[in-house]
Amino acid sequence: METLITILAGILVTTATYLILSKSMIRTILGTAILSHAAHLLIMTMGGLKRGSVPIIGEGNNHVDPLPQALILTSIVIGFAVTAISLVLAYRIYQETKTDDLYEWRGFTDE
Amino acid sequence: MIAVLLIQVRRKRNAQFMHIGWFVFLVPASLFVLLIRYLPSLADGHTYFTSMKWIPSFDIHLTFYLDGLSMLFGLLITGIGALVTLYSIYYLSTDESLKHFYTYLLLFMASMLGVVFSDNLMVLYVFWELTSISSFLLIAFWNQRKKSRQGAQKSMLITVSGGMSMLAGFLMLYVMSGTFSIREIISGISQYTDQGLFVPAMLLILLGAFTKSAQFPFHIWLPDAMEAPTPVSAYLHSATMVKAGIYLVARFTPIFGGEGTWFWLVGGIGLFTMFWGSFHAVRQTDLKALLAYSTVSQLGMIMSMFGIGSVALYMGYSAETAIYTQASFAALFHLVNHSTFKGALFMVVGIIDHRVGTRDIRKLGGLLKIMPVTFTITCIGSFSMAGLPPFNGFLSKEMFFTAALKISQFDVFSLETWGILFPTIAWTGSVFTFVYCMIIVFKTFFGPYQVEKLEHHGHEATIGMLLAPGVLALLVVGIFFFPNVLGKYILTPAMSSIYPSVPPSELTVPIAAFHGFNTELLMTFGIIALGIILYKFSRYWKGIYKLFPDNLSFNALYDVILDQLGKKANSMTNFYMTGYLRDYLVYIYLFLIIAAGGILIYTKAFLFEISGNSPVSLFEWIIAMVMMAAGIAIIFANSRLTAILLNSALGYGIAVLFVIFRAPDLALTQTIIETVTTVLFLVAYYFLPEWRRERGRSISKSVNLLISICVGVIFTVIALAVQNGKLFATISGFYENAEELAGGKNIVNTILGDFRAFDTMLEVVVLLIAGIGVYTFTKLKAKKEDERG
Repeated sequence: METLITILAGILVTTATYLILSKSMIRTILGTAILSHAAHLLIMTMGGLKRGSVPIIGEGNNHVDPLPQALILTSIVIGFAVTAISLVLAYRIYQETKTDDLYEWRGFTDE
Repeated sequence: MIAVLLIQVRRKRNAQFMHIGWFVFLVPASLFVLLIRYLPSLADGHTYFTSMKWIPSFDIHLTFYLDGLSMLFGLLITGIGALVTLYSIYYLSTDESLKHFYTYLLLFMASMLGVVFSDNLMVLYVFWELTSISSFLLIAFWNQRKKSRQGAQKSMLITVSGGMSMLAGFLMLYVMSGTFSIREIISGISQYTDQGLFVPAMLLILLGAFTKSAQFPFHIWLPDAMEAPTPVSAYLHSATMVKAGIYLVARFTPIFGGEGTWFWLVGGIGLFTMFWGSFHAVRQTDLKALLAYSTVSQLGMIMSMFGIGSVALYMGYSAETAIYTQASFAALFHLVNHSTFKGALFMVVGIIDHRVGTRDIRKLGGLLKIMPVTFTITCIGSFSMAGLPPFNGFLSKEMFFTAALKISQFDVFSLETWGILFPTIAWTGSVFTFVYCMIIVFKTFFGPYQVEKLEHHGHEATIGMLLAPGVLALLVVGIFFFPNVLGKYILTPAMSSIYPSVPPSELTVPIAAFHGFNTELLMTFGIIALGIILYKFSRYWKGIYKLFPDNLSFNALYDVILDQLGKKANSMTNFYMTGYLRDYLVYIYLFLIIAAGGILIYTKAFLFEISGNSPVSLFEWIIAMVMMAAGIAIIFANSRLTAILLNSALGYGIAVLFVIFRAPDLALTQTIIETVTTVLFLVAYYFLPEWRRERGRSISKSVNLLISICVGVIFTVIALAVQNGKLFATISGFYENAEELAGGKNIVNTILGDFRAFDTMLEVVVLLIAGIGVYTFTKLKAKKEDERG
């Protein structure tokens, strides 16, 4: 299971990298979102998968590792905040410059 | 000695307030008198020493040391400083920003005195750089002129780079000896001559001395520094700053003097500089440029004499080495002589410039009738420089020839083959010296008076202006007739500083005005004869200078280097700073691939083990496969809606995985967040243009793909290797106590809200900031260009 998920995360990283390297701002933002998916999967995998019960006391004796879950929970929220703000940023820049091509933004001064 | 120090401090304070030359004049004059009082006791072999703590933890103290050598330089600095101040009072009109001028001048004087009196290497370096800075300020005194600024920049770059290398040399000396004190280094010198750093330290220190003293090929800054006001040129570029390098060589001769490298560098480069400077001085048409090249030449001559003198240290003290110490004596003697006559000549040129408005010798001529006193002083200065009796230059030039002839008979350092070069080059250089001295006198004061080319109708200078060069000219003659007074009281103590192991009585050289018919005198006759011939027929041989076109000179080289450095740096920056996000990302990813991948391969950290894995059910297989497919498909999605849906498929897939992984809170959050994110994407896309096909050549796409695959593979390999190489047990067992410690049953929630609540708090802050950011971006809009006004 761990190997399978790790490979899945690797594929997601590949996709994310490819999207981030593209010329369109939207693709780049999508890439960052996918990259955070991959990161979450990886953090989860690192704690070991499916070895025990739900981390709630009373539900069985041997719980899965709760620490990665807490970390991921924090990370999901932060990732969401970043995605939201970059989307709005892209929207605003598009409004001002009428393009979402990163190459055309090159050398744009904000004046 | 403490008084000297006090005045040094006081004068720096004075420098802030002084604005009238007369007040400034008192400072060097009183210092000069103060120093004079120490002369008799120094002649008896006493030295003075005072120390103040500055940075004791680094062994850096403000140690000032008065011995013969520093006394000689101190007298030159204060004495000529006083005369230059006097001259500048009459030279500069009150329209100039005199406050600045005298501040810089006093700063320069103080730092120069600091250089010669410092015993601590670091303090010496500090004062050394202060002279560079203050001379930079003085050269660019008329900063509205482009040439002044260029000359100042050039001298700054060259002298400071030399100073930097000198600093490195000083540090090497410190590493070897463990002390910054020059006296202690000299007294313990035998212990580290064999060390590996010895020769590098010598080379670096010499580089500092050569740049400061305008030795070949670093002489190029000196002619350009002639854009400075003439008092500055007279003071800095003939008498003091350029002699700082000479001082350094003299001061370090007891340390490095025994080495062949030192002899060849100081002696050889000095001699060549002497020839090169005098050869090029002849072609100059500007009087100040001519004097600048002649300064270069004379400095080279002094330098080469110190080089010859250093042989005495190689031989060790004995009766026959005393002959070679005479060369150093001659160097010191010529140092004084040069300061006197060159100072006078610069001042005279300043007077001519002041009176007729030009320094170009093609426009000058026939000034003899209108400026007789100036003419007399020029004659004395020039003929002394040419080495004619009855002026002091004659004596030192004869001694120079003696030294050059002696060294040619010497048979160490492969002198048996190359030694003959010394008298030959010295003699040739002197012929050119004679020629340009003739040019100074005859082209300026004889011939037709071209009044139509001159700006002012000239007349004799005021007595005040003539006072300072007059005093110097009197000194020139006076030293010729009474050389031994100077020798006994000033030069001999200075010699003991250079040769600390030799008793002073052996170092005194009686200077005779006439020492019989010998080779040296014949050489002088030869110079006069050939010089006159060359001068008379100069138009026939001046074509030789066409062999040295301007675009092959060292100036051109310097310009090209400076220009190309700027251009290359600019084009390099423009090459990699494209301003395009993708390129920077490529750099980052490439670095990641090379660094992480390289380390992986280097350490062979691959570890692949599936036996420890937990089992996978069919349902899980299907989910993982679907997600992989979705992940890959996003790359090929043609419409943005497809991409967005595939992304949310991924998100929900992860939520499902979280369920399988026994993480209910995560699954919950992930579902909600994924929903909101999808909505956000959809909303944002409503305002954004349709997803366009990636433009650009396929090669850049395949590069992107290659980079992405590499990153993904490295990522996977690292993750796999890490999973299977656990070093420590997990700490999560502690959180099993959630109920006792935090009073909650949900372990994840107790971690978030209790054990690690700081993370949660800051995460809330992140959300808050993001919210404010989103609000700001959407609500606040920058005014349009035309509305701003």
